[in-house]
Amino acid sequence: MADKSSETTGTTETTARRISSFVLVVIFVTLALSLVALYFSMEIYPRNEAAAGYFLLIGFIGLALSSYMLLQMRKRVLKWRLKLPPIMTIIECQKCGFKNVREFKRGDYVFKQMGACEKCNEPVMITGIYREIKEQKKKEEKF
Amino acid sequence: MFPAVVNVSQIAQPFLDENFGWIVNVLFYLFFIVFIFYGQRIQMYVMLKEVEGSLLRLKYIKEEGRKIAIETIKEIGKPQDDPSQRVDRFLEYFALPPESMDPAGIVWKLEHILDVRDNRFKDEVRLMAPAANETQINNLENTLEAALALNYIYKVVRHFYILGKKTLSLYIIMQLQMILPLVMREAEAYASALKAFAYGQPIGDGIGALVAAKLMYGHEKRKIAKDCVVATVPLEGRTAYVVKAEGPGGNVGKPGEAMKTIIEENGGNIATIIVVDAALKLEGEKPGEVAEGIGVAIGGPGVEKFKVEESLLKYRIPINAVIIKEDVGDAVSPMRKEIFEAANEAIKRIKRVIQEKTKEGDSLIIAGIGNTIGIGQ
Repeated sequence: MADKSSETTGTTETTARRISSFVLVVIFVTLALSLVALYFSMEIYPRNEAAAGYFLLIGFIGLALSSYMLLQMRKRVLKWRLKLPPIMTIIECQKCGFKNVREFKRGDYVFKQMGACEKCNEPVMITGIYREIKEQKKKEEKF
Repeated sequence: MFPAVVNVSQIAQPFLDENFGWIVNVLFYLFFIVFIFYGQRIQMYVMLKEVEGSLLRLKYIKEEGRKIAIETIKEIGKPQDDPSQRVDRFLEYFALPPESMDPAGIVWKLEHILDVRDNRFKDEVRLMAPAANETQINNLENTLEAALALNYIYKVVRHFYILGKKTLSLYIIMQLQMILPLVMREAEAYASALKAFAYGQPIGDGIGALVAAKLMYGHEKRKIAKDCVVATVPLEGRTAYVVKAEGPGGNVGKPGEAMKTIIEENGGNIATIIVVDAALKLEGEKPGEVAEGIGVAIGGPGVEKFKVEESLLKYRIPINAVIIKEDVGDAVSPMRKEIFEAANEAIKRIKRVIQEKTKEGDSLIIAGIGNTIGIGQ
């Protein structure tokens, strides 16, 4: 668990290197031009309805394209992080049943004898190591 | 939006012309013509871009795997020299399967090759990490094997990507793009396995071993086959020989060999065999679901399964299987809570099978199959 932060830093560095500044410039220029096209369409609408329609179409297509590309890029950045959920260790007293759940430490294994019980002073043992996944509420599936 | 200095009407003047409509029409026709002739090529480039993105991600995961392996070796093994070169060499190791033109006796040839591979890997790890104990050597070997798998996946995907790019064959690129989600899923599973192996955390595949460990805990154990232990446990008035790989180091052992030895030791007088293992679930099934069936539930290259089946046939012993369902990602990443909790349900099922299929005083074998990393006994 100690090197979790360093791993995240490593991931961020890699993702930063991967996004090309040229692509970013192209996206933002397309975005700006689409906004200009939309503005044009409003401006020239009273004089030429057809041309205004074309500008409106071009503006919307440009806007949709650039925002889609931006969203895709963001999705890629999010996907590149390796998520590691916390691993928990259950330490249990075999005599009084006192249970202690803490984060996993290197060297832990199931059935490892640990120190003495806080309550009855009997030896305690690791009875379980697991990863808990907090699942997001999903739409109820039909099948 | 536009300041007063910019006269929009002036800029837009050429577009107000009637000819502008024609220009746009021509552009639209041009657009369709381009798509008719170059549509497939454009589609191919889009696919290539998609594959390229996944390949970059695979490269990152592979490099991360190598980094984790080297760091763990340095931390645990305390080598005097930098192990990077040795690790790089390890990542390129391969094992060739035996010739199958005349398949008689191929199982033993395959077993020999797998044994040599295993010994070679362990020797390499010992050289890389001189300060590591036997448990740590097993864990390091598993970590390196996960890094090796990632390296191989990356290289195969890269091979088809470059081949597709060179030949501009839509069908090579299309096949690669279609299979990529599954490949990426597997690669991500190996990536999470790396940390689990490096730290010695139990993985989903070890649920069979966990069930056996719970059954044999507190009873005397003895070594029965390579990396395998057995305990004689009185269960429901019967004598159960509980088998598992020797933990807590990353190990699958030779459960087939162990079961064969127990059957021979008892002169074939075994009422039933119950094999407990993790099994791949289908989409839609819940992780940790327990199911019962018939057959030798042992995965891998098939050598251990073959050995058990030979003995079963010789003495006509009935075989039962209890499986705990999980997906490929769960199988190699740290054991999730639902799977861990399924161990008790599996024990209940085993006890029910024993009561229904055997009589009091009978002898039976219960084998917990899987990698016993992070699970003692």
